[in-house]
Parts: sequence; C-alpha cells; structure tokens
Amino acid sequence: MSTATVQKRGFGATLWDYLTTVDHKKIAILYLVAGGFFFLLGGLEALIIRIQLIKPDNEFISAGLYNQMFTMHGTTMIFLAAMPLIFTLMNIALPLQIGARDVAFPFLNSLGFWLFAFGGVLLNLSWFFGGAPDAGWTAYAPLSVQSPGHGMDFYVMGLQISGAGTLIGGINFLVTIVNMRAPGMTYMRMPMFTWASFVTSILILFAFPALTVGLILMMFDRMFGANFFDPTMGGNVIIWEHLFWIFGHPEVYILILPVFGLFSDVISTFSKKRLFGYSAMVFATVLIGFLGFMVWAHHMFTTGLGAVANSIFAVATMAIAVPTGIKIFNWLFTMWGGNIRMTVPMLWAVGFIPSFTIGGFGGVMLAVAAADYQYHDTYFVVGHFHYVIVGGVVFGIFAGITYWWPLLFGKVLNEKLGKIAFWPFFIGFHMTFFIQHILGLMGMPRRYWKFQPNESLDIGNLVSTIGAFLMAIGTIVFIINIIYTALKEEKCGTDPWDGRTLEWTVPSPPPFYNFKQIPLVRGLDALWVEKVQGNGEMTPAEPLGDIHMPNNTFIPFMISLGLFIAGIGFIYQVDNKQWLIVGIAGLLITFISMFVRSMKDDLGYHVHKEDLEKGAGSK
Amino acid sequence: MEKYAGSTSYEFQKEKNKQDMKFQLVTFACMIVFTLISFGLVIAEFNPMFTIPIILLLACVQVGFQLYYFMHMSHKGHSLPSVFLYSGIFVAFITILAMVTIVWW
Ligand code: HEM
Ligand SMILES: [Cu+2]
Repeated sequence: MSTATVQKRGFGATLWDYLTTVDHKKIAILYLVAGGFFFLLGGLEALIIRIQLIKPDNEFISAGLYNQMFTMHGTTMIFLAAMPLIFTLMNIALPLQIGARDVAFPFLNSLGFWLFAFGGVLLNLSWFFGGAPDAGWTAYAPLSVQSPGHGMDFYVMGLQISGAGTLIGGINFLVTIVNMRAPGMTYMRMPMFTWASFVTSILILFAFPALTVGLILMMFDRMFGANFFDPTMGGNVIIWEHLFWIFGHPEVYILILPVFGLFSDVISTFSKKRLFGYSAMVFATVLIGFLGFMVWAHHMFTTGLGAVANSIFAVATMAIAVPTGIKIFNWLFTMWGGNIRMTVPMLWAVGFIPSFTIGGFGGVMLAVAAADYQYHDTYFVVGHFHYVIVGGVVFGIFAGITYWWPLLFGKVLNEKLGKIAFWPFFIGFHMTFFIQHILGLMGMPRRYWKFQPNESLDIGNLVSTIGAFLMAIGTIVFIINIIYTALKEEKCGTDPWDGRTLEWTVPSPPPFYNFKQIPLVRGLDALWVEKVQGNGEMTPAEPLGDIHMPNNTFIPFMISLGLFIAGIGFIYQVDNKQWLIVGIAGLLITFISMFVRSMKDDLGYHVHKEDLEKGAGSK
Repeated sequence: MEKYAGSTSYEFQKEKNKQDMKFQLVTFACMIVFTLISFGLVIAEFNPMFTIPIILLLACVQVGFQLYYFMHMSHKGHSLPSVFLYSGIFVAFITILAMVTIVWW
C-alpha cells in the first residue's frame, strides 16, 4: 500500500475507495457531501413553505402537502443536514487537534456514516411512496400515531437508523478524546472545539437513547398494534412529548456547542490572541451541557404540568443564559485589542455574535412560563429557534467549512466570493426571521398553511419570503465559490491561516496517517507556543517509526444496507405480512455482515519507516 | 528487576490480592443474604409498603457491591468511568423522577 506514487485513478476506483474508507478525513468529506445535499433539499422545502406564505389565501400547494413540507423541512434540517455537517467538522478537525492519527474506532466511524446515510435516504423515500411524514418534526402523539399512510412509519424507521449512526459517532469521539491525545495534550490544553465536541458527545450519549426509546414505542404503536400512546387503552400521549424533549432539548445543544467551540478557535486565531478566559469557557461549556438535561419541559409549559413543575423548569431554563452570556463576553474580550483579520470565517463569527444573542433573548422571553402561554405555537417560537439555529449553527457550519476547507481539499476558498456569499445570507437571515417574532406576537400560529387578507399579516410574510430568497442567493454563491476554488485556486500548503492549534502543523490536505511523528504538546495553543518560542514547528514526541493503519472495509456499508432493507420490510408488513420476508432478509444481511466482521481478523497494515522518509502519502 | 522489586512489590501485590479476595467473598455472602431477605419478605407476605422500599434499597446496595468490588471501580484509574456512570444515573434519575411526579401522578 505504498502511495508514494499516486497516479490519477479512475472514477470507479475512487468511488470504491470512498465506499470502503475508514479514514476520518475521507469520512468527513462523505458527511460533507451527504449533509450538504440534505441541506439543499431542506432549503428547497423551506422555499416552498415561504412561497406558499408569500401572499394571503395562496393556493401554491395544498394543505396536506404543506404539512409534509414543514415536517420534512424540520426533520431534514436537524437530523440530516445540521448533524452530519457538524460531524464533518468533528471528523476533519478533532483527531488533528489532539494530535491523533485517526479516531479510536475507524470502523465504527464508517459504520456511523453509512447508518446515517441510509436512514436519511429511507426517510426521503417516503416522498415517492405515498407521501412524506406530516405530523411535524416533533411528531406529537396522537397525531403521529393516527396519521394515515406510511409517512410517519418512514419517519420512525429512518430516524431510528440514522440515530444509531449518530450515537455510534458520539461514542467514537468520546473514546478518541479520552484515549488518543498526544503526549502533553492535557484536558486543559485542548482547543475549545475539541472541548466542545467532548461535551457534545456526552450529550449524544445520554440524549439519543431517549429518542430511541420514544421511536421504539412509536414503532410498536404504529406497526405492531401496541397502545403506549393510546389513552383509551391505558396509554398516555404525554409520554411521547417527554421522551422527545428529553432528547430534543439536549439535541439543540448538541448542535450549538461544537459551533461555540469552533467560533472560539476562529475568533482567537483571527484576533491573534489567546482565547480570553479559556478555563471559564470550558466551565461554561460543561455547565451548559449539564443544565441542558434539566430544562426539557420548557417545550411543554402549556400541556398542563402544573405551576410547580412549570416554575422549576422556567428557572432552570433561564439559568442557561448565564453560561451562554459568559461565552458571549469572552468572545468580545478576545477580540478587544486583538490584531483582527476579517477573513471569511471571522466574518461569519462576527455576524454570529449579535444574531445568536438576539435568539437567546427570545429564548429567555419564552422561558417565562406565564408569558409562554401567549408565545407558544406561534411564529414567535419559529423566530426564536431560527435565530439560534441559523444564526448560530448554520453560520458556524459556513465558518467551519471555510476555515477547515484547506484540511479537506488543500485549498483556501476564494475570500472575495466568500464575502459575497456572506452578505445576502446575513441580511436575508435577519429579514426572514426577525419579522417572524412580530408576526407571532400579532397572533400568527406556527405551521399555518394559509392566512387571510384582512389579518394585517401580509407585509410581514412578504418580507420574510424575500429574506428567504436572499439566503438562497447566499447559498448559491457559496456553491459557486466551491466550484470556482476547485477549478481556479492554487494549493495552499501548510498553515494558510497562521493558525494556533495542531491541525495546522500538518500539510493541507494532510497525509492519510496525519502525523509522521506524533507531536509533543507544550501548552495551550500548541503550535502558537512553538511559534512564539521561535521553533515554528512541533517537537516530535517519538522517533520516526512504522505507522500502523487500518484496512479499508465494505462491511459497514453492508450492515447499514441490511437495516435499510429491513426498515422497508417492516414498514410494509402492516399492509401485507409477506413483507416480513423482506424485513428478515434485511436483518440477515446485517447479522451476517456483523458475523463476518467478528470472525475475520483484520490487523491492518504498516506504513514503513523507509517509505515515510521517501515522503509516502504526502502530495 | 525480579530480584530487586521482587521482595517488596511482589509481597505487596500478594497482600493486596488477598485483601481483594476477602472483600469479594464477604460481599458475595452479603449479596446472597440480601437476596434471601428479599425473598423472605415476599414469602412472609409483609405489607408491600414495607417490602418494596426494602427490596429497592437492598438492590441499590447490591449494585454498589457489584460495581465497586466485582468490577473493580474502587481501584485507581476509574475516575472517568465513574463520572460517566454517575452522569448516566443522574440523567436516568431525573427522567424517572419527572415521569413519576408529573406524568403518572
Ligand atoms: C438562552 C438560551 C435559550 C433559551 C432560554 C431557550 C428557550 C426556549 C423555549 C422556552 C422554547 C419553547 C417555546 C415554545 O414552544 O413555546 C424554545 C424553543 C426552541 N428552541 Fe430555544 N432556548 C434557548 C436556546 C436555544 C438554542 C441554542 C437552540 C438551538 C441551537 C434552541 C432551539 C430551539 C428550538 C428548535 C425550539 C423549538 C422546538 C419546536 O417546538 O419545534 N434554543 N426555546
Ligand atoms: Cu429547549
């Protein structure tokens, strides 16, 4: 496997390489492609929603299709776009930031991706087989249990499969951070992005099981005649809401925390300063993660939990604003007096701070339980969560992808086009969502197919739709930028941003084994420490030696394919028991693949010292 | 190495293993007794309001024994697993607490 002489390979060989890869950098690209695709799909659904609401009494799409549209928009954006794009960032940067050659379990990394991908495809197949899910991304029972057709079955099976992938990914990152840090990389020297990913992975570990349990109950109710959510049979619909939000609230922090970490790194790099209050930032991250588990019922204030429960959850919710505030101020203080370079990632970061803060204000308003009786299920909530998710998570993903593009593809995205993409997106974002707060206060309910001409909601909705198109323009420019950069830009070499952390000590793109020699870490901002002391590069922690690498494998693909087929079988056995054969066949594929994996020893291979000296793997 | 360290560290290790063995046997005996007590309470048909809390309490103690003496969590180098274990217990606990107090009650 000496890759010293890499030739141009055929398309088939490249495809096979990606189907079987266990390299975290290639898996990052897979997540990027799949997540990017679903992001565009979810965006298209959003535009259709906004076109329907562009004017009063519009007939652009029917009410039923509208329900499918907003359900799939929310589900796709959260589970199939934001999550995998966050995993892109973690995969590309995290092992490099802690000085590791790969994640702890490369096989599981690949399995996590393929489970996610097949789950996402399964969910979206529903469009072609009699209609998509239509009970909202929150799938509240009893609506979700009674929803006719197979839409909600696709929701249950699709999310179950892709959720398993996410759980696997989270555990993998946990073990990686705990066990694979380079010598000298103590916990309190880890870059903020790594810290945030660590806490995020803990949240994944504890939050996703609640979703899994909820989906299993829903699966039994819908497909196998159980009555967990049927009050007439002794069930209870509220259980679904609790399970969903015990997962759902941590989930929103799963999305935002990595982005907090990323912005900390970006702001510190481009202010040419150490992050202000590093240990306070770590503390705030952990505290947010901890509190995140005690606030889920703020989504359920109006279900009638009672005054005591509402008060407890309201106070706990407001408490989260404190660590969040700590972070906002630390970012500002990091920039204060810094030597600021307004690169594209920094531009997104600077745009993020006020945008996210407005979202937080909305959140604290919603947290006032008594007031929430007014806001709940109106466009005010829609405004709030888009401010935090788009202004936080999506801005962060744009920033992160731009920042780490050199590690992914060895080039810096064109700065000029990057800025041209930012402005329409930024302006469009505020146009779309700020006015939605006001629409909500005026009484427009969320998930509203149509409003009438004499309700004074016309202007607000029109502005909102125009904003959505501006965001679409920004996204298109971003894609043009990717194409332009691929065709026209030069390779950027090592450390294009004058970075501070370990991922910038390796060439861009990094060789497949990442580090020829594992570096010795001598402080926070490990690379910067060396730069300040005049070394400019890391001291190795080990002599040059053979490097042990894992082999590629097709088994994760097969395991996931099996579950995908099984999912289809179980969905359709409701109509005709013969479909059970398909379900069982799918499970067999999965189990046989797992069996093969267990029985066949795969010890990997070694990259030899001599080849390394000749420059194997570096391009 | 064997000659030098042999005497002290080997002796120490041996003593320690002996200690561990003793603890394991004691806890094992305790667990059997606990189980007998639980069954006894049920067979003797005590008031359930009395039996159920006692059984739950004994179960918790048994889990502790299991983790600390059989799965060696009392040994060094288990701080991280403990953190995760207790976080998990915490999350499960508030989930159950919430379900019991605001859903089923
Ligand atoms: C200061 C921090 C925050 C507070 C106090 C807060 C508070 C709230 C409250 C009380 C609701 C429920 C409103 C209702 O349905 O009546 C809510 C909804 C929501 N929040 Fe936040 N939030 C905060 C931050 C965030 C962040 C950081 C995110 C995501 C990155 C987020 C995402 C959401 C989502 C997705 C919903 C709506 C879910 C749905 O019903 O579909 N929030 N928030
Ligand atoms: Cu929440």
